Amino acid sequence: MPEREIAEQKMSYRQAVREAMREAMNRDDRVYLMGEDVGLYGGCFNVSEGMLEEFGKERIIDTPLSESGFTGCGIGAALGGMRPIVEIMTVNFSLLASDQIINTAAILLHMSGGQFNVPIVIRMATGGGKQLAAQHSRSLEGWYSHIPGLKILTPATVEDARGMLWPALEDPDPVLIFENTTLYNFEEAAPVNGTQVDITSAKVRREGSHVSIITYGIGLHKSLKAAEMLSADGIEAEVIDLRVLRPLDNQTIFESVRKTHRAVIVDEGWKSVGLSAELSARITENLFYELDCPVERVCAAEVPAPYAGHLEKASLPQPENIVETVRQLGGIYG
Amino acid sequence: MADSKTETKSREVNAQLKSGKRKQAGSGKDNARLMHHLLAQMIRIRRLEEKSYELYTREKIRGFLHLYDGQEAVAVGVMEVLEREDAVIAAYREHGQALAKGVSMNSIMAEMYGKTTGCSGGRGGSMHLYDKETNFFGGSAIVANGLPMAVGLAQAYKMQKRSSLACCFFGDGAVGEGEFHESMNLASLWELPVLFVCENNLYSMGMPFELAEAETDLLKKAASYRVEGERVDGMDVTAVLEAARKAVDYIRSESKPWFLECQTYRFRAHSMFDPERYRDKSEVKEWKKRDPIKMFSERLMDEGLLDEKQLADIESQAQQEVEESVGYAEESSDEPIETLSRYVYSDMKNSE
Amino acid sequence: MGEFVMPSLGSQMEDATLIQWLVKPGDRISKGDIIGEIHTEKGDIDVEALESGIVRELRVQEGDTIPVGTVMAVIDSEKGLPPEHKAVEPESERKVEKEVSDERESELAPPRPGPPRPGTERQEPPPRPGPNGAGPKRVKASPLAKRVAEELKVNLEEVTGSGPGGTIHKKDVETAAKEREDGKRPVPFDKESMRRAIAAVMSQSNREIPHYYLEKDIDMKAVTEWLEEENSSRKVKERLMPPVLMIKAVANALAEVPELNGYWNDGRLQVQESIHIGFTISLRRGGLVIPALMNADIKSLDEIREEFVDMVMRAREGRLKTGEIGSATFTITSLGERGAEKVFGVIYPPQVGLVGFGNIIQRPWSSDGMIGIRPVMSAVLAGDHRATDGHSGSRFLEILYKELQQPHNLSHQTPVS
Repeated sequence: MPEREIAEQKMSYRQAVREAMREAMNRDDRVYLMGEDVGLYGGCFNVSEGMLEEFGKERIIDTPLSESGFTGCGIGAALGGMRPIVEIMTVNFSLLASDQIINTAAILLHMSGGQFNVPIVIRMATGGGKQLAAQHSRSLEGWYSHIPGLKILTPATVEDARGMLWPALEDPDPVLIFENTTLYNFEEAAPVNGTQVDITSAKVRREGSHVSIITYGIGLHKSLKAAEMLSADGIEAEVIDLRVLRPLDNQTIFESVRKTHRAVIVDEGWKSVGLSAELSARITENLFYELDCPVERVCAAEVPAPYAGHLEKASLPQPENIVETVRQLGGIYG
Repeated sequence: MADSKTETKSREVNAQLKSGKRKQAGSGKDNARLMHHLLAQMIRIRRLEEKSYELYTREKIRGFLHLYDGQEAVAVGVMEVLEREDAVIAAYREHGQALAKGVSMNSIMAEMYGKTTGCSGGRGGSMHLYDKETNFFGGSAIVANGLPMAVGLAQAYKMQKRSSLACCFFGDGAVGEGEFHESMNLASLWELPVLFVCENNLYSMGMPFELAEAETDLLKKAASYRVEGERVDGMDVTAVLEAARKAVDYIRSESKPWFLECQTYRFRAHSMFDPERYRDKSEVKEWKKRDPIKMFSERLMDEGLLDEKQLADIESQAQQEVEESVGYAEESSDEPIETLSRYVYSDMKNSE
Repeated sequence: MGEFVMPSLGSQMEDATLIQWLVKPGDRISKGDIIGEIHTEKGDIDVEALESGIVRELRVQEGDTIPVGTVMAVIDSEKGLPPEHKAVEPESERKVEKEVSDERESELAPPRPGPPRPGTERQEPPPRPGPNGAGPKRVKASPLAKRVAEELKVNLEEVTGSGPGGTIHKKDVETAAKEREDGKRPVPFDKESMRRAIAAVMSQSNREIPHYYLEKDIDMKAVTEWLEEENSSRKVKERLMPPVLMIKAVANALAEVPELNGYWNDGRLQVQESIHIGFTISLRRGGLVIPALMNADIKSLDEIREEFVDMVMRAREGRLKTGEIGSATFTITSLGERGAEKVFGVIYPPQVGLVGFGNIIQRPWSSDGMIGIRPVMSAVLAGDHRATDGHSGSRFLEILYKELQQPHNLSHQTPVS
């Protein structure tokens, strides 16, 4: 049987998000996009450029600066039978909508005894690294993943940016998608027509035997770079892209650590009381007797993001930090 | 004090109702039946609240308990003109709205008992009553948190070209929250069928209304968002009903939001554990003279639409319903702890 | 850039087999780090890095037998490294410490604090208590290493950790298990080859060194009584034994008679300033090794005891360090408990002297005109007549005798630092 060819073309992460939304809107009348500057402006990060012309203002809805209002509106519309995609310009502004996300979307199903599920998708840009200073550079996806009832997706590849939206819209519960701003220009070959990807599992993006580097989002790209640097030294790192921060895919993480006996967690969020702490705890709780050295973490420095470029760079995990951390793990050499 | 100018006679209400599209009351007999129904609904609420108070003191009901005594006319008057398909979003003093919307007293009582047969399966309690069957969307205990949801439900109905509307009840405290202003703006901007019902009972917990708002004329706030509205005596059930009828007709015909301020008063404390330092007992006593149930039943008797026996029947039926709901709640079973992590996600596999 | 060559650990050593590397290319190493293990005629010996830097290349495969002087590894020396690279790994973190260290070592080589690195702060495990510290030695092993050690029945206390601060990891346990296996199999250099080596060096000694022998019996009453009293107040692990006192006494005597402490090289005596006392250790599988207790003259009895016990243990495990072998300036041979009363030893070239101690036995002894029964030990000095005459040897025995009559003085000497 001849192999079925999947046509691929190089596309940017930004384009992939746009194509995913276009596809979903063409596929399902209930889907619409609502957020600040998604229409006339074309999206703060140019993601929804051209969509207003294509779908009209009934389905590409520019909102006033009312994060709580329009996010809550999306929740209501989802309850009313629609499938809204709410775009919050950046995770920083989502704090203004956190009442709706945390006090309503995440818990309505539970508070109502299973009667009212909230099938909303909330997309937002996240991350630092662009000298935007403390109020515009947060990585709070780990913080949101603390909340039961939410699903947290962090597409790190063009394929995931393209493929995660539809299953998120099909999900009966609220799904938050975090798009790292530094990834929008990232280009990769991806299937032209999009492929379904799952939104339940972590993926091994690079195989290795000496250490498991567990990361997501922009951290994936930094970790892959670090892995190549380590490979030159003879250290083969396995790199795991979490993809979904809640619920976490324990199985993939544990399988890898069971193989390598070492884990380094790379997260642009803060270390204290964060996602990396959770991962470290799960590994230690479940795989204590498999560990050949302590679990290490490479995270953002415990400061609000500074403006100055060199300081910001120093505050975020860099491939060199990952390499250093891996190299000092016990038991790899020899 | 409530504006007495809005007080109307039941005959006039009857005339208004006749002109309405849905709830037509053709004859005097029908009118009497409607009046008895309004009274019975208010009495059901009152008896439920009295029982809730008692059960709280006996530790059958726990958590926070906010009682609706005194405000019954608002829920009953508004609900009377809504359809089953219309969505109702309430706050945490919502037993009255839930009962008036059609949620069974049994399931409300069982919910307060924390039983599986409760309208929220025992997961919500007094502050979080939900019922999909009657489109009752809670039950939110974050002030003004339900308003954006009402806007969204209305947006969905409009997009789906349905005639339903979303009605949200909130207190005067919600007016201070950003979500009130954001929601009024969005609903007006997008011309959505939302009925905003502000139950102004003069206190947001212990904060007097006039100390909380620089502008106490709420219609002016509504007007600033180009939302039409009206102020009504919330102690007069027929006045509320008439105003709600007008509002709903406007919303359905214009597809625009409406703001209804019901001036009312809660007879009991904010919640069970409240020494009420912020208001005088004399003030409460004064308002109780305008008890919506007392005023309405006396008026009906004056007008010959109600006799003692009929009132006694209504009372005993309500009393019986309350007693039955207590029995129902008592006999209902607790949820087994094994299913604790249910309802976090629709698919249990996602719960960890 | 430097080259690490197969070290010469003795004049007779011609070649050795690499058992294993403990470093990989890219590793940062510090001078003194154990970087590999070789098998010699005299047993398995750890080899130390002679300079700090980064391992660039390993040229010898494990299992290869190569002659002394062959380049085994290429090291990028410290000086040539770019500064930011230097900050990557502070030496203290990669430095491989032996499981048994002592206070003196840590004084000489204090761990250098590394610069703080963002996001990679690591809490160092607390330092192990020194020899005088309370409590048993704590073995720092990873949970996996512990599990594997249990499975392979390896005693973690006998495993050398390769991780930061000497932590033990899975591979260390596996290496230890493998070594144990290897010990059972015939290896290229076994008892026979060690025998050959001993034969070679002893033949050379007998052929080249004109030995003279001087004998003196030593009254050991003071020593035995003092030891009994001293040990009564000590914990079992800290008790002193006769060899410790003898090493100290010999070192003190050599300080007075320096011409016996040296090497005969190129036709002349080279007196050595440092006094490193070699002592013969018989191995259970046959043969012997002579590790040196360095600078014994300036060490306290407790320091000597600590090192002595450690070296005996490691010698029997075949895990002596390079520097501990072949650096003695004088040797003690003792058959101790085996019962021979006198030992006429053979000098270990290029050293010029050796003292043999016999068994301590109860003998009639005249003192102050009285005949009594005393514990007596024979001391036989072997001297290289090319380097010294009997006069020196006699003086040495005389001083040694006096030292052993005043054991409390030995104990009161504090190390000169």
